[in-house]
Amino acid sequence: MRVLLKGILQRDLTLAFRQKSELMQPLMFLLVVVTLFPLGIGPGPDTLQRIGPGVIWVAAILSSLLGMERLFRDDFADGSLEQMQLSGIPLYQIALCKIITHWFVSFMPLLMLSPLLALFLNLTLPMYTALLLTLLLGTPVISLIGAIAVGLTTGLQRGSLLLALLLIPIFIPLLIFATSAVESAAMQLPYGPQIAIIAAIMLLALALSPFAVSYALKVSQN
Amino acid sequence: MWKWLHPYAKTERAYQLCNTLKPWFWLGALGCLSIGTVWGLLFAPADYQQGDSFRIIYIHVPAAILSMGTYVAMAVAALVGIVWQWRTAFMSMIAMAPVGALMTFIALFTGAAWGKPMWGAWWVWDARLTSELILLFLYFGVMALYAAFDDKQQAGKAAGVMALVGVVNVPIIHYSVEWWNTLHQGATISKFDNPSIAAEMLWPLLINLLGFALFIGAVTGVRLQNEIIRRERHRPWVQQLAAQNLDDKGEKHHAV
Repeated sequence: MRVLLKGILQRDLTLAFRQKSELMQPLMFLLVVVTLFPLGIGPGPDTLQRIGPGVIWVAAILSSLLGMERLFRDDFADGSLEQMQLSGIPLYQIALCKIITHWFVSFMPLLMLSPLLALFLNLTLPMYTALLLTLLLGTPVISLIGAIAVGLTTGLQRGSLLLALLLIPIFIPLLIFATSAVESAAMQLPYGPQIAIIAAIMLLALALSPFAVSYALKVSQN
Repeated sequence: MWKWLHPYAKTERAYQLCNTLKPWFWLGALGCLSIGTVWGLLFAPADYQQGDSFRIIYIHVPAAILSMGTYVAMAVAALVGIVWQWRTAFMSMIAMAPVGALMTFIALFTGAAWGKPMWGAWWVWDARLTSELILLFLYFGVMALYAAFDDKQQAGKAAGVMALVGVVNVPIIHYSVEWWNTLHQGATISKFDNPSIAAEMLWPLLINLLGFALFIGAVTGVRLQNEIIRRERHRPWVQQLAAQNLDDKGEKHHAV
């Protein structure tokens, strides 16, 4: 069983890193969107510092929606998802594997890019530390909940816009707590509570999402 | 209890149940809404601070309460549908969605109309307004997902999963925006032991709340019937019903 799961993980990672353009496009999008804000609002260092955390989080959510479909689309289209289901591994474990790969592939590069973004938006070091923590704990939620919606829409022809409509409202609490944590950090206040809540949301999503995803995939395959 | 409830999983029985309940719901809704609204708008005493503007609560508060209530009802229907594989549960869930969205819109609109004289702005990014707006987006999401599928049975299941994801999120969204920013006055009637509202103001509000609930029930019943007819049009009983309706109309024409 474990060997099979490891095999799925390895296969997904290899596939993801071979399609480099799909990997890079959301990141480029993120960078471009973040660049738009200083141009649109004005490059005053104080303004940028105030809107910075929110901008980074909004851009992260938007860019993650771009590559989200990749979670199940290809495997669903060529039938390998059905083959995996026949392997005897519970579907929720397969789903969890795919979610982990998705997080690793789409958000690890974002985390690595985040110092540059912080530099662009004039964040201080304490602010950046808080931002990094919120990204580290918050982005898995995007993958986990996003997977449910992707599972539901994967059989549809034009699912990507619908995906944004379904998911953005659900990510609002994440955005609120994350930016509030960074704001507290900017004012030298403790931001433990916000981080704890984000961690709680993440754990809740981790506990429930794989089962919802497996049901969603079954609905999609009818 | 399940033995008693189970026959209603059949669409025909559900249709008949709607037919029996509908007149009562309409009557009750009409009665309660007219009594509550007239009492509230004309006879209840004016507020000492807000004057007559407070009277919007007789529309605003029931709509706001039931916009949340309808979403929870949708989630319950979705859960029933997923666990016991009832098609009628998904149908009633999707019948409720636009009604709930309408309630959300009414709550937002009346809130804006009240906010203009009271807060001096049509819209402020206050916690409750924001969470109500997000609730509207959640309704739109469920409806859009349902509309995206051609196979309506699959659509019902998918929309049901989304409604359940939403209902887990509603309290999180509520508290997150509460901490984020709040300007709205505190809840008026949720504190039942010591309500911060006079009894003569409270009664019309409660009557209107009941009236709104009955109205939602009635509209949902009609929409559920339509949904059943649309989905089951190939069934003999629906065709019989349609033939019967045509006959009735024919007779009326002859009589004229």
